[in-house]
Amino acid sequence: MTDTPTPFPAKAPGFSGPWWQAVWFAITVALTFLGLLAITFVIGRVVPIDPVLAVVGDRASQATYDAARAAMGLDDPMIVQFARYVWGVMQFDLGVSVSTNRPVAQDLARVFPATLEMATLGILIGVVVGVPMGVLAAARQGTWIDQVIRVIGLAGYAVPAFWLGLVGLVVFYAKLRWVGGPGRIDIFLDGMVAPVTGLLLIDSLLAGDMDSFRSAFGHIILPSTILGFYSLAYIARMTRSFMLEQLGQEFIVTARVKGAPARVVIWRHAFRPIRVQLITVIGLSYAGLLEGSVMIETVFSWPGIGNYLTGALLNADMNAVLGATLVVGAVFIVINKVSDAMYRVLDPRAR
Amino acid sequence: MTLLHVENLCVRFPSDQGEVEVVRGLTFTLGRERLGIVGESGSGKSMTGRALMGLIPKPGRVTADRMEFEGIDLRGLAEPAFRRLRGARMSMAMQDPKFSLNPVIRIGDQIAEALEFHSRLSARDRRARVLEVLQAVRIDDPERVYQLYPHEVSGGMGQRVMIAMMVILEPALMIADEPTSALDVSVRAQVLEIMDDLVRRRGMGLILISHDLNMVARWCDRILVMFNGQVVEECAAGQLHAATHPYTQGLLASMPRLDEDRAQLPVLDRALIGAGLGGRT
Repeated sequence: MTDTPTPFPAKAPGFSGPWWQAVWFAITVALTFLGLLAITFVIGRVVPIDPVLAVVGDRASQATYDAARAAMGLDDPMIVQFARYVWGVMQFDLGVSVSTNRPVAQDLARVFPATLEMATLGILIGVVVGVPMGVLAAARQGTWIDQVIRVIGLAGYAVPAFWLGLVGLVVFYAKLRWVGGPGRIDIFLDGMVAPVTGLLLIDSLLAGDMDSFRSAFGHIILPSTILGFYSLAYIARMTRSFMLEQLGQEFIVTARVKGAPARVVIWRHAFRPIRVQLITVIGLSYAGLLEGSVMIETVFSWPGIGNYLTGALLNADMNAVLGATLVVGAVFIVINKVSDAMYRVLDPRAR
Repeated sequence: MTLLHVENLCVRFPSDQGEVEVVRGLTFTLGRERLGIVGESGSGKSMTGRALMGLIPKPGRVTADRMEFEGIDLRGLAEPAFRRLRGARMSMAMQDPKFSLNPVIRIGDQIAEALEFHSRLSARDRRARVLEVLQAVRIDDPERVYQLYPHEVSGGMGQRVMIAMMVILEPALMIADEPTSALDVSVRAQVLEIMDDLVRRRGMGLILISHDLNMVARWCDRILVMFNGQVVEECAAGQLHAATHPYTQGLLASMPRLDEDRAQLPVLDRALIGAGLGGRT
């Protein structure tokens, strides 16, 4: 045999294998985080808000001002300040919020799980409904099914979130009483479940408190469904176009030549290759939801990170803004890294 | 014995300027022999192959006065019935393994699929059969190749995998659509020889579709020359030099020879041929 396949080129001689890959992975994550920290640090220095003034007030004498400035370490060289900032972040010290008077890390530990819970349920709905819808639309391209799915997708782009939220509340909460109203849980159950993860659905299950679980579920299902609807519109549209691209490939003809039934052609031969692309789309949608949807969080009085960040911005609460920005940045890094890892599992060409 | 009986086969596609006929009244029969269909790109030879497999995509239309395969009327045959034929009784080797093999499924599993669709063999028996057929296409280490993905093998090996996939159920008819045009010249002969060997040993009928007159003359018993969706010449492979149609003669004349003494190769005069056929050019 003359044509033996060429072996995969190793990244660098001596630096291959799963062990090195894991180390490399950790290094890239750490470096990306450092870059993120550098950005938030620089933003904190360039915004025209004087942190010293915020502490001493604008009536303090020059001596007091200088003393406070020195005490806050703002006279030290930039690199020292940056090192101190990184060190602080590593110990989850993000400073104190001016508006809530609590450590920012504590605030975030409270608001982020609220958003996480809603976004996760939302993306689950978006994927579970959106992907099959997109596949179906591609398989039935040009039929009425395709048209209906396209209209649903268009609605997802065209209908404003606050409107859908308000109409949803009027119909399903006020009229039909199918779901709970604004907030994460009914007032009389608030604070009944000890926070473990901060995710009410999980905490109430852990505590075995089914009343709280039902109430929390009733409150989260409507905003999550609306978020899910928006990601569904995007996911279904992308799935459809990815599928159409694959269905036009030669290997689809090969599969049919072998006598493959339509189900196998669609789900095995066309769908498998698009999983990698879908992960990117789903990852980005999820990250978008985790930033917190200000509209939805406002309409549903949801104490999430979108609300928190908006409030902090309006109060010029820089520690809170930077802390929240850091969390959003970290979310993107984590989701990117997870999709990278999944590529390698799902696409043999990326290994 | 006649395997395939085709009379007046037409394939049409609607377009902005009305219907375009890509195959126009093709008639031929095929026994357990090797039939070559030659023609330039756009002559309708690939569409002929796909029409026989029932794989003309919508909105294309296939009509024929007669289209019988092993006594089964293929005209308007329902999809489930056609599916039972495809892969099992008739198969088609595609052009370029780079595009015609699924990039994310292991080679062995792709071959095993044909068995999955058409037999009740257990997973283990399927695997054994796949290893056998890989050996039959002269892959020395089938165990290893079974586990590979298409991007990990060369074009020549990819095409042998394709052939293995198409002969594993020993169909009565195999269509090979430009099976070597994507391959390096050095491995073409090898792939063709393997295919030829399998086809002859298993007594299959072969339709070899190509634009390469010499190749078809070398590996087939009989030749159809297609031009503009029609057959313009039909002859035994050995009688090609005695071709009478101006298109065939033109094709033959335009091929360089090793002992060339012409200063310039003649160019096909399409107007002359087209006039005789009254077709689009």
